[in-house]
Amino acid sequence: MSLAEPPLLELCGVSRLFARRQDMIGRLAARAGLVAAPQAVRAVDGVDLQVRRGEVLGLVGESGCGKSTLGRMAAGLLSPTRGRVLYRGADFAAMPAGAARRARLTVQMIFQDPYASLNPRLRVAEIVGEAPRVHGLIDGDEQAYVDAQLRRAGLDPGYKRRYPHQFSGGQRQRIGIARALAVRPEFLVCDEAVAALDVSIQAQIINLFMELRDQLGLTYLFISHDLGVVEHLSDRVAIMYLGRIVEAAAVEQVFGRPNHPYTQALLAEVPRLETRRRRFTAIAGELPSPLHPPAGCHFHPRCPHAMPRCRAEAPVLREIAPGHRSACHLNDRA
Amino acid sequence: MQALPAAATAPILEVRDLRTHFFMRAGVVPAVDGVSFGVAPGEVLGLVGESGSGKTVTGFSVMRLVEPPGRIVGGKILFRGRDLAQLSERAMRDLRGNRIAMVFQDPMTTLNPVLRIDTQLIEAVRAHGRTSRRAARARAVEAMAMVGIPQPEERLSAYPHQFSGGMRQRIAIAIALLHRPELIIADEPTTALDVTIQAQILAEVQRLAREHGTALLWITHDLSVVAGLADRVAVMYAGRIVESGAVDRVLDHPRHPYTSGLIESVPSRNRRGARLRQIPGMTPNLLALPRGCAFRTRCPHAADACAAEPRLTETAPGQMVRCFYPERVTAA
Repeated sequence: MSLAEPPLLELCGVSRLFARRQDMIGRLAARAGLVAAPQAVRAVDGVDLQVRRGEVLGLVGESGCGKSTLGRMAAGLLSPTRGRVLYRGADFAAMPAGAARRARLTVQMIFQDPYASLNPRLRVAEIVGEAPRVHGLIDGDEQAYVDAQLRRAGLDPGYKRRYPHQFSGGQRQRIGIARALAVRPEFLVCDEAVAALDVSIQAQIINLFMELRDQLGLTYLFISHDLGVVEHLSDRVAIMYLGRIVEAAAVEQVFGRPNHPYTQALLAEVPRLETRRRRFTAIAGELPSPLHPPAGCHFHPRCPHAMPRCRAEAPVLREIAPGHRSACHLNDRA
Repeated sequence: MQALPAAATAPILEVRDLRTHFFMRAGVVPAVDGVSFGVAPGEVLGLVGESGSGKTVTGFSVMRLVEPPGRIVGGKILFRGRDLAQLSERAMRDLRGNRIAMVFQDPMTTLNPVLRIDTQLIEAVRAHGRTSRRAARARAVEAMAMVGIPQPEERLSAYPHQFSGGMRQRIAIAIALLHRPELIIADEPTTALDVTIQAQILAEVQRLAREHGTALLWITHDLSVVAGLADRVAVMYAGRIVESGAVDRVLDHPRHPYTSGLIESVPSRNRRGARLRQIPGMTPNLLALPRGCAFRTRCPHAADACAAEPRLTETAPGQMVRCFYPERVTAA
């Protein structure tokens, strides 16, 4: 990659808050000081992240850490409360409507639940063909175009008159992939895209993702809680904890020399085929509520190395080695 | 855990040729079709399979929780020598939750959302035997502490929705432990949980088996969890056990092509970024199983002989394999 080329996707100080909508009585009561103003959940908190063209960036974190919210913002499905999402250096929010619509097509999302993300009342041919037709991407025969999309996702075009419920989980995920690819995206956001699949089917879909990457030069943001899957197909990995990125580096660095205590703990907990009858030990404590994140470093109540400074001051994500960023005060001590 | 001499460990549970079928309009689904296994005190048996393999129905059958259109149509479920399949519903109720307990994937299967935790735990204690409220409460606190819930006394007066998913699953496990059961059947209890929480629960479960001699039947699709937790493993496919044996033996020297395929498709067994070895085809439809070996349509080694039904045969001490050509499967 040349230095002049901007990253395909750049998140600059992106935050997303979710607040419960109050009714009028609630608002009046809050104004009168009778009840406290509602709290907002900061699902994503000041994230800076770049995805380069052609790479697979794995985004890892536990449930509630904000990884799906981040993915939806990256895919343009959700606007950030603060910060900017730049696509090839341009901000969706600042583009004229028509240009933004065209630009958004180039980013597509694959969802976790292949049962919930397909319209049960549409035939496969319509699910896959609708978007490219509406956006005028098909020149020539629509049915031939749909057939090509299905074949590329490993489905027999003979099944295109069927409805989603007539397919197994793995096949439905293939329909979701065919639908996403039908609008010729260059960037796919996969949110737990293999988590709901059986083990033997999971490998088939992971292989399909990798084949498509080679064939079409796709870029991926691959969101998963499964470290084994992320390690296998990512070039770079970002680890998220309670709304913040705590570590980001090349996959070899994250798995070979994890720097952040949370990354280290996470890697230690992953069950592996090679470890037999191990003594499980565990990170103390629970994932704190995102409504009341701990002050300072979010991880300090569970961290074995916590110091007074960690309780007061949030560590900054900064480079500790070329291409290896980590947000931990321990790195200042050396 | 240390190996006990075989003679000293008569199995707590011995399932012989269990058959549980579902009588549907479209036909008879042989969800469990001739399954046999045993679990000894302090032993963890991992029952592994994909969706539709019959692993959950096996667990439900042992608990006698299978409901119509499903029915246990054959076999023996010997618990301490008594056949649960023949037991009256009343006698079964005395065992259930008392000497045999079950933990489900979703803790809300166990918990009542509108009752406080203490109400539910105390009720469960007093369901089996006369106990004073005070003693029942003390037992509830003890069980909560055992599964690592901080400040159990205070937490008892909370409702299920006030706990996180991991904490709820611990409470469900605490309920399973109330009567110090001899056998716990756990159906994917950590699948919905995060890795750090999963590790905490696995640590507690391991301690139980080790310190209290509780026998565990751990039902899961995750071979990696079984590797870390279980002593022995049984792999199910289309309602039958296709391979069983000691964890080290089966995971290091699988002899059934399905077991071997599952192991080889785990990402950590493949070179990073390389194409994963995959099992072709789909998980089978139990209404339209191929004749003979159910796996033969997906099997790389299938031959004409596979149109007949293979039996479980011992390929190494303690390792049973349901395949005509176990020698064709070699570790990668």
